[in-house]
Amino acid sequence: MPFKRKDILGIRELEVHEMEHILEMASSLKEINTRAIKKVPTLRGKTVIHLFYEPSTRTRTSFDIAAKRLSADTFSITTSTSSMVKGETFLDTVKNLESMKPDIFVIRHSASGAPHRIAGRTEASVINAGDGMHEHPSQALLDMMTIREHKGRLDGLNVLIVGDIAHSRVARSDIWGLTKMGARIAVCGPTTLLPSDIDQMGVQVCLHPEEVIPDADVIIVLRLQKERQQQMLLPSLREYAVYYGINAERLKRAKPDVIVMHPGPINRGVELNPDVADGPHSVILDQVTNGVAVRMALLYLVSQK
Amino acid sequence: MIDPLQGMDALADVLIWEGRVAEIRPRLEISRERLAELQEMDMTGKWIVPGLIDMHVHLREPGEEYKETIASGTRAAVAGGYVAVACMPNTRPVNDSATVTRFILERAEREGACHVLPVGAISKGLQGESLSEIGELRAAGAVAVTDDGRPIMDSLLMRRALEYARIFDLPVISHAEDSRLSHGGLMNEGTVSTMLGLRGIPSAAEEVMIARDLILAELAQCRLHIAHVSTAGSVRLIRQARERGVPVTAETAPHYFTLTDEALMGFDPVFKVNPPLRTEDDVQAIKRGLRDGTLDAIATDHAPHSVLEKDTEFEFAANGMIGLESALPLILDLVRADILTPSEAIAKVSCNPARILGVPLGTLQTREPVNLTVIDPDKTYILDAGQFESKSRNCPFHGRHMQGQALMTLVKGSIAYSRITP
Repeated sequence: MPFKRKDILGIRELEVHEMEHILEMASSLKEINTRAIKKVPTLRGKTVIHLFYEPSTRTRTSFDIAAKRLSADTFSITTSTSSMVKGETFLDTVKNLESMKPDIFVIRHSASGAPHRIAGRTEASVINAGDGMHEHPSQALLDMMTIREHKGRLDGLNVLIVGDIAHSRVARSDIWGLTKMGARIAVCGPTTLLPSDIDQMGVQVCLHPEEVIPDADVIIVLRLQKERQQQMLLPSLREYAVYYGINAERLKRAKPDVIVMHPGPINRGVELNPDVADGPHSVILDQVTNGVAVRMALLYLVSQK
Repeated sequence: MIDPLQGMDALADVLIWEGRVAEIRPRLEISRERLAELQEMDMTGKWIVPGLIDMHVHLREPGEEYKETIASGTRAAVAGGYVAVACMPNTRPVNDSATVTRFILERAEREGACHVLPVGAISKGLQGESLSEIGELRAAGAVAVTDDGRPIMDSLLMRRALEYARIFDLPVISHAEDSRLSHGGLMNEGTVSTMLGLRGIPSAAEEVMIARDLILAELAQCRLHIAHVSTAGSVRLIRQARERGVPVTAETAPHYFTLTDEALMGFDPVFKVNPPLRTEDDVQAIKRGLRDGTLDAIATDHAPHSVLEKDTEFEFAANGMIGLESALPLILDLVRADILTPSEAIAKVSCNPARILGVPLGTLQTREPVNLTVIDPDKTYILDAGQFESKSRNCPFHGRHMQGQALMTLVKGSIAYSRITP
């Protein structure tokens, strides 16, 4: 079945068969990244514009490498180089770039919904590379790919997401995607960092990690931004680490084959201790590797529209 | 013919002579010679009601004439069936002085299509720090005071405003929002905000402030009016306060009984408004509040914005929606849903706001030149914001199937707007 979507805006609107299609494609493209000459002509003559209205190293590099390995021509526009500093609006920038006939926009934006505003107005495909606190679909897909590589399945797994759920687009995309794929999700964090009615998204809500760690097959640790302390959400990073930080001591009660994931970048010693980040349960670098494959698959599939 | 203040809802003929209501009778007998001097209009099946009053409108002039002017805003008003609009003081400059109030009234006299009732600022420059000259504002023609658009966070200032406004018998209109609780919020806090990853404004941000203002109004024994009520909890607080005798009145807007936060699923900033669209439970509570009289008035909070403020990322878009040209059919929906009788519905946009603002409007029983609206309650159409008289287009009801429309609006005895084709 051909892939029909013009845009990848979020996991919420994707069907299971579409996610399966993307994951299969990612698995088959992954091999290219291990070749001596890491390039195929698949997207030759296609133009990909990376429009990043929020700082990002990992995701932008990952999308850029993915596009280049498929032979697309890529251009990066980030906040520091864009005309936004000259007062041009985001929509004007996109309209101007649109006139240069790109094939795909990869958009990262600090405002939730920004890629959605663009998608309806451009003939080019739009891939959401993270919008505000809303969605980060490529991250969820690479998480699914990584879990499946290590566990052989998604269906029936217990996945624990720990940390700042309220401000996390990764949490939202993971919840939509993993739930649809049959996993059971528990979210755990301080009450101030749990968004209202999060249980309506079909997850178990828990305030104490000890209660859910023993059942978890997968633990996804979220980044805690330091400014949360100033927003009266937390008394201190230190206290956060005491109650919610994932360390080797806490993992003693976990299943022996539990895997630990993190979307990066890690605040070592806050949400995740080095003894776990660099320890045997960590699959964090596999996530990064799979990120390139998943983004190759997305770029390829949307250009088939 | 419906005149809630007179308890009238009956079939009748009306004779308007030299702009004044000369006679209302079940059947007028008029001689043939006399008839030759008159123009006869067949209004069978239509409603003839006191001219509608919108007690909460932003006309944007002075200062933001690219969004709306007194001329365009009042044209939008008469097109929507309104004969009077109360305009909020958050203009540039702010209407915190007799000079600005007089400017608005003079401009309205010259260019306005309907009555304009200026509302003065509670605090100088809407800064929430010191009282504006409320007596002077009243003398210049202000009908109420408010810092609408911004809450009065300082409880002492609110107490003093309520006490001081009592000297001049002006109602104090509260924009009830605890801006610390709503800080950074973009929409109602709940399931939808969690799904969309948009920062939420809890109902508590509104309710905490209403609770405070009700207590202060009780203390000061001053008339308090709560603007744009949007939550179930707010309705409950106002109902309880009224039962114990607090001199409070309240309004809501059509979008709060018609739309919910689910409308935001596509991130379209046309649905961004403050207070935000709430949940279905809130919508039902607002309807109950309208039915039992807790909510006295329906106002539009007509808030024009241009594409500059609206056609942007949701987060950066301005709050507000226009309402003058879409409100009437939505109010009539309440009648069709048996929530209000025709007379109750008309009262919420005529005699009730007139009473709250202390203006001699809202009834057909007057010796003054008549202000009257003829409504065609059955007319069905698809609302096209492109055809609006307003300068702005930020209407969330564009493209909606509507039933009911103002057929003709008479202001001071003259036809200010008519959809009757000769």
